[in-house]
Amino acid sequence: MHDIQTTDESGESNVEVPRAEQQQTADPGSAAPVGPTARDNEVSVTKLRLVGALLVLLKLGPVLILLVLVLVMSSLSPVFATSQNLGNVLSQSAVIAILAIGQLLVILTRGIDLSVGSTLALSSVVGATVFGSTGGGALTVAAMLGTGAAVGLVNGVVYVYGKLPHPFIITLATLSIARGLALGISDGQPIRNMPGIVTDIGGGSATWIASWLPNSAFLVALVAIMVSVFLSRVVWGRWIYAVGGNPEGARSLGIPRSAVLVSVYVCSGVLAGVAAIVTSGRLNAGSPTFGDLAELDAIAAVVIGGASFLGGRGFVSHALIGALMIGVIRNGMNLLNIEAYLQLIVIGVVIVLAVESDVVRGRLENRFRVMKGAAA
Amino acid sequence: MNAYPALAVRGATKRFGAVLALDDVDLEVHHGEVLAILGDNGAGKSTLIKCISGVHKLDSGEIEVDGVPASMASPAVARAAGIETVYQDLALFDNLDATANFFAGHEKAVPAWLPRGMRWMRRRDMARSSSELLDRLKIRLPEKASTVGMMSGGQRQAIAVARTAAFASRVVILDEPTAALGLRESRQVLDLVLRLRSEGCAVIVISHAMDHVMEIADRAIVMRRGRTVGEEVPTPENRARLVSLIVGGEV
Repeated sequence: MHDIQTTDESGESNVEVPRAEQQQTADPGSAAPVGPTARDNEVSVTKLRLVGALLVLLKLGPVLILLVLVLVMSSLSPVFATSQNLGNVLSQSAVIAILAIGQLLVILTRGIDLSVGSTLALSSVVGATVFGSTGGGALTVAAMLGTGAAVGLVNGVVYVYGKLPHPFIITLATLSIARGLALGISDGQPIRNMPGIVTDIGGGSATWIASWLPNSAFLVALVAIMVSVFLSRVVWGRWIYAVGGNPEGARSLGIPRSAVLVSVYVCSGVLAGVAAIVTSGRLNAGSPTFGDLAELDAIAAVVIGGASFLGGRGFVSHALIGALMIGVIRNGMNLLNIEAYLQLIVIGVVIVLAVESDVVRGRLENRFRVMKGAAA
Repeated sequence: MNAYPALAVRGATKRFGAVLALDDVDLEVHHGEVLAILGDNGAGKSTLIKCISGVHKLDSGEIEVDGVPASMASPAVARAAGIETVYQDLALFDNLDATANFFAGHEKAVPAWLPRGMRWMRRRDMARSSSELLDRLKIRLPEKASTVGMMSGGQRQAIAVARTAAFASRVVILDEPTAALGLRESRQVLDLVLRLRSEGCAVIVISHAMDHVMEIADRAIVMRRGRTVGEEVPTPENRARLVSLIVGGEV
């Protein structure tokens, strides 16, 4: 039975034989091997189903884990399931979710963007500075989004046209540079006051529906729907998946690989600007310390949510589920008075499990393919 | 049928430094014909098809498509001339389904006044076209919606060949199409090649599998050290002669 899983050839012969025999059962010469090979064939079909079921389970895994987490937290803490607290979870997850959606776009192309946390800080400081000197709300928002876009453009252009082997290094560099700029511009101090539009988005709640429902949750929903539709319906979105699935193949088929790659870093930067609006709105300030290690939360959310770190596979829903999982774990453990260091350990363990399940899924898919090729 | 050969190569010469990879090679393939290129490793087969499909540029020599001189400056130029090539790595997107693979880089989308990348995809349109294509070429996929990464080697090869068939008007070049396949899957791909031929495509096949060559090829040319050393109709009687041409022994 082992051979079925390892090579195409033996899987092939394994099914060929019983088929040929069904047609000539009258032949006594072939009667002997019928028993074992036919049984092997049945076993392989059962195994095929088993592997298929496992694959479905792995794909649903993150949703199931999130549900279990919510159920466990609600049973352990009477406060967790209150609307007030759920509002907290949503608003705490909003920043991670927005950054994670940007990170998803980058990860879909086999990349990584380490700079988003620092970009958030720079964007918030630039926004607060612009508001302090001009007092314009729209101008502040534009400056914040523009700052994000500029950092993303640097990431993408240096990565693609500088012919770097991997975006890790350039985004590590901008992680440092953006944080340094934020500290320099703000003199290392938080800058108070943000325009009303920013505080409404980041700190307000949708009182016309329910007072506990934060506005930032609607912003997340809006971003999620826009990016989701873009990825599934617009040609450029399809190209993002194509570049992630087979970069060389994409180029040979006339897909503008370089432009696609630059665009995902710009999107990730702009979304870091959006996350900066939420953060500085909630705290009514811009600060160079905002978004510290947020890039890691964003990457973790994408991976935990079920998108593949190897590129090409993943949806916006994965980023959202991952962000909610991190939010629920943090919030729940706070409610249960579990110490902060344990939260870090738990999230780390979840990341390992998520990446491992992605690897297992890849192998199962491979095995599924071989077995199906044999059974077809 | 056209009076001119679908593809004609004359006096093709290509040098890589001191190595003469192609030495005055001639080749013709007509519409509705399958031409096999045989030869041992390093004989120049791959260099020849790469020159035809625009990956390499000939140092000297001419390429004509339907009697019209063409210079294959890039893969895009070759594709625009109606020449599609399936390389051994297939250039498939494992993370996308069959339809998305067919249309990768040629997505059907509207409106036309927007830049290509910003258009809205006509997904149902593409799904319908891909079903028609699969029906026409009699390719059966268990679940069309599943990603190509989940499909068997033969199905993947079939999808790669079908993609070229969808966009190639004249010449389809296949590099070792059955090399990685089992018996039954090879069968499917060979049938597909024959169907392309019956639709009027000119097909060039590079293969080491003599049995497959005998079965599908109308003509075979043999290359050795960058030169064409023989041309035969591949029949079982000619087999020994073809093999000796390939390895370079005397008949």
